[in-house]
Amino acid sequence: MLGNLDRLEAESIHIIREAAAQLGKPVMLYSIGKDSSVMLHLAMKAFYPARPPFPLMHVDTTWKFREMIEFRDQRAREMGFDLIVHVNQDGVRQGINPFVHGSAVHTDVMKTQGLKQALDKYGFDAAFGGARRDEEKSRAKERVFSFRSANHRWDPKNQRPELWNLYNGRVSQGESIRVFPLSNWTELDVWLYIRRENIPVVPLYFAAPRPVVQRGGAWLMADDDRLQLAPGERIEERWVRFRTLGCWPLTGAVESRAETLDEIIHEMLVSRSSERQGRLIDHDQAGSMERKKQEGYF
Amino acid sequence: MSTATQIAATLDALQHKGLLRLLTCGSVDDGKSTLIGRLLHDSGALADDQLATLEKESRRTMPQGGLDFSLLLDGLEAEREQGITIDVAYRYFNTAKRTFIVADTPGHEQYTRNMITGASSAEVALLLVDARKGLLTQTRRHAFLVNLTGIKDVVLVVNKMDMVGHDQAVFAAIRDNFAAYAAEIGLPRVLAIPVSALGGDNVVNRSATMTWYDGPTLLEYLESVQVAPYGAASGLRLPVQTVIRPNQDFRGYAGTIAAGVARVGMSVAVEPGGRTSRIKQILLGDRAVDAAETGRAVTIALEDEVDVSRGEVIADSQSRPPVSDQFTVHMVAMSEQALMPGRPYLVQIGTRQVGAQITHIKHKINVNTLEHTAAKRLELNDVGVCNIGFDRAVPFETYADNRNMGGFIVIDRISNQTVGCGMIVHPLRRADNIHWQSVIVDKGARAALKHQKPCVLWFTGLSGAGKSTVANLVEKRLAAMGRHTYLLDGDNIRHGLNRDLGFTDEDRVENIRRVAEVAKLFVDAGMIVLSAFISPFRAERRLAREMLAEDEFIEIHVDASLETCQGRDPKGLYAKARQGKLVHFTGIDSPYEPPEHPELHLDADHELAESLADRIIQYLVERKYLE
Repeated sequence: MLGNLDRLEAESIHIIREAAAQLGKPVMLYSIGKDSSVMLHLAMKAFYPARPPFPLMHVDTTWKFREMIEFRDQRAREMGFDLIVHVNQDGVRQGINPFVHGSAVHTDVMKTQGLKQALDKYGFDAAFGGARRDEEKSRAKERVFSFRSANHRWDPKNQRPELWNLYNGRVSQGESIRVFPLSNWTELDVWLYIRRENIPVVPLYFAAPRPVVQRGGAWLMADDDRLQLAPGERIEERWVRFRTLGCWPLTGAVESRAETLDEIIHEMLVSRSSERQGRLIDHDQAGSMERKKQEGYF
Repeated sequence: MSTATQIAATLDALQHKGLLRLLTCGSVDDGKSTLIGRLLHDSGALADDQLATLEKESRRTMPQGGLDFSLLLDGLEAEREQGITIDVAYRYFNTAKRTFIVADTPGHEQYTRNMITGASSAEVALLLVDARKGLLTQTRRHAFLVNLTGIKDVVLVVNKMDMVGHDQAVFAAIRDNFAAYAAEIGLPRVLAIPVSALGGDNVVNRSATMTWYDGPTLLEYLESVQVAPYGAASGLRLPVQTVIRPNQDFRGYAGTIAAGVARVGMSVAVEPGGRTSRIKQILLGDRAVDAAETGRAVTIALEDEVDVSRGEVIADSQSRPPVSDQFTVHMVAMSEQALMPGRPYLVQIGTRQVGAQITHIKHKINVNTLEHTAAKRLELNDVGVCNIGFDRAVPFETYADNRNMGGFIVIDRISNQTVGCGMIVHPLRRADNIHWQSVIVDKGARAALKHQKPCVLWFTGLSGAGKSTVANLVEKRLAAMGRHTYLLDGDNIRHGLNRDLGFTDEDRVENIRRVAEVAKLFVDAGMIVLSAFISPFRAERRLAREMLAEDEFIEIHVDASLETCQGRDPKGLYAKARQGKLVHFTGIDSPYEPPEHPELHLDADHELAESLADRIIQYLVERKYLE
């Protein structure tokens, strides 16, 4: 009988192959984080020795950690994949800034609207995302093949029933499917799999001395000179690492000395906080994730 | 041993843990969410911030104090507002021994479809009973559905034992009662456990009060139960998902092994068709292996150049899967749109999509009483036994033998929604014995004699739009040109071939199916067929279209407004319908779905019948239907 990781791996590969076979023009959303790295690794396995029959796309908010962008470009070069980078130029022109406009507006304009623009521009009818059901309550009910209307809306009350390993990917013109191959993975599964398969991840996941400032109860990293210090705030160097990666002004670091993969997994096993706690976006209001997802957020 | 080595050893062990998929069913009142919450809490799966949120939210829902574990599970906002679980929610937790995926499903009868969905991927079911209430209709329904979906291991969780004074006799009565019912429906393995989810008795920790119970706690059971994967012992079944061809030298067939073991060198057959070869190579990702077991996602290369496509099954040549296109199945309706015999659907089975029609609903099963009743359609949440026909023969196994080879979903062709699911009970022998009569004089030969290209002019539109009038004019002109035609008219057909049919939606579907079959025979005879029926549903018109070759079906929308038709009312039908003397009348109390892309769209409000007929003749000439 197959073990947990083997069963999850097989299920994800099945899902990726099914989406590629059923839909005309898929794209894999690559967000550079650990989940994306696992998803990409699974896609490479699914079609080996051929290349995955779809490009990768990163919706860049222009506020990602610099190390993430370096890692992205380096991986793209090494693996020789097609990488589309999309930036919402309207948002750039409006000068959208998470410090000024807040996390909700920033995320909506640069991420959600940016993603919709990119999907429309290239005419993709399927987009793979690395979201997991254990991350958040409203994700727990989302389908593996999640239907989106022509204007990218998710209707949680009208989802296609999903049985056995059968996924219904039929869409009409303009409609699309968001595909979540890692639906059934937990954070622990992701790390154990990264360990087993030697999958490279962004160094920000490992503890190192980094320049941080205490703000809103979290450690914020001063990733570039766009950080404006409030009176009384000061940048100090601390040993920190990140459990999730996103836009640096919206992602809190945790204090840690875990420098190796085994150490961070061990720290996670004994830690008592969930991974999305560091994400400022989820805490806006109860049910905020569900509302964002209905509007097209991943 | 150093700390680093110790950590590495711990993580190595975690990497090899097993996985168990659970289904929980029972209603909110039985304390289902509380039970799962308790399981997560006592096994240490909740993080501090999740606990803090839970404590904060619990103060609102349970002002008297305590933790409201149900808050952890009811995800969607609407559900939180209504205080019920509507959809299937998935939860994840792990212990030192195993990791668990929990499909939490709603208990009410109107959520049968959600329960079936959750059950389809579960290996073990937890059935909750409130000790104060004992077995309810609901418990029997859940047991029936669990059995229907092929779950073999069931735990009867007798909850709220604290409310009955932890009384052993109460527990024993419920346990024995259920055992009798389980035997009646054929559930193979049932374990009953007395628990109190609220107090935590026998969930993770052993009860201090119910010392008379000497079986395992719920978690002990879940950590130790051995579930055999479906089909592990049968011959190899690999439904092909996609063909991998990076270059001329490699052709691999990728898919997930649905049963058996694949081994290099093994002799295989590709079904349907039975072409044979041997396995040359098995890839697990980028790693070549000698063998791969059930459940693995693999890519297989064969020794010979046999052409295999998506949807076909690579099987052990010594034990091949049966192939058929007619089945008796259990079906569950999962959409507001009822499942109807004769309506054209798509079925997805394995990695294949085929056209399908329900040919006969044998009966509907009352999921509460198990009574069989006659039915003409299956409404949302109905479970029935039906005969179904596919437009192609497919390799399969019965659902009892293999879920992945015997379960299918039913998709509506217009909305693309998943409207139902089916589980194969057995194939119908009939399919094996009907073979198409091959003929020497064929359609082309017959048409050539008549100097015309056979086709169907399919007139559709509201009653009174002028379909028959225009069709009659067209036929008259064609006859004058020496062409061979036949007119199928709604009223005439209903007096003869279809006189057993009424005007309900089911009967309308069957009416059009028969007309389409007759039209097809006439086309085969080389004729130009004119059919004039309201044919209000897109799905049925599409069925007719798909029965014919691409250029043989000419859809003509005779488009007149409802006002025009009511004004004409040549047969006085609108008047009757308005008075309620006629029900199911298109345009009044039954919908008309206009064609989206008809070959010809005729404006019958403003143009005369003669000029509309001219346009049709012109179309036939231009497209070279008439030599």
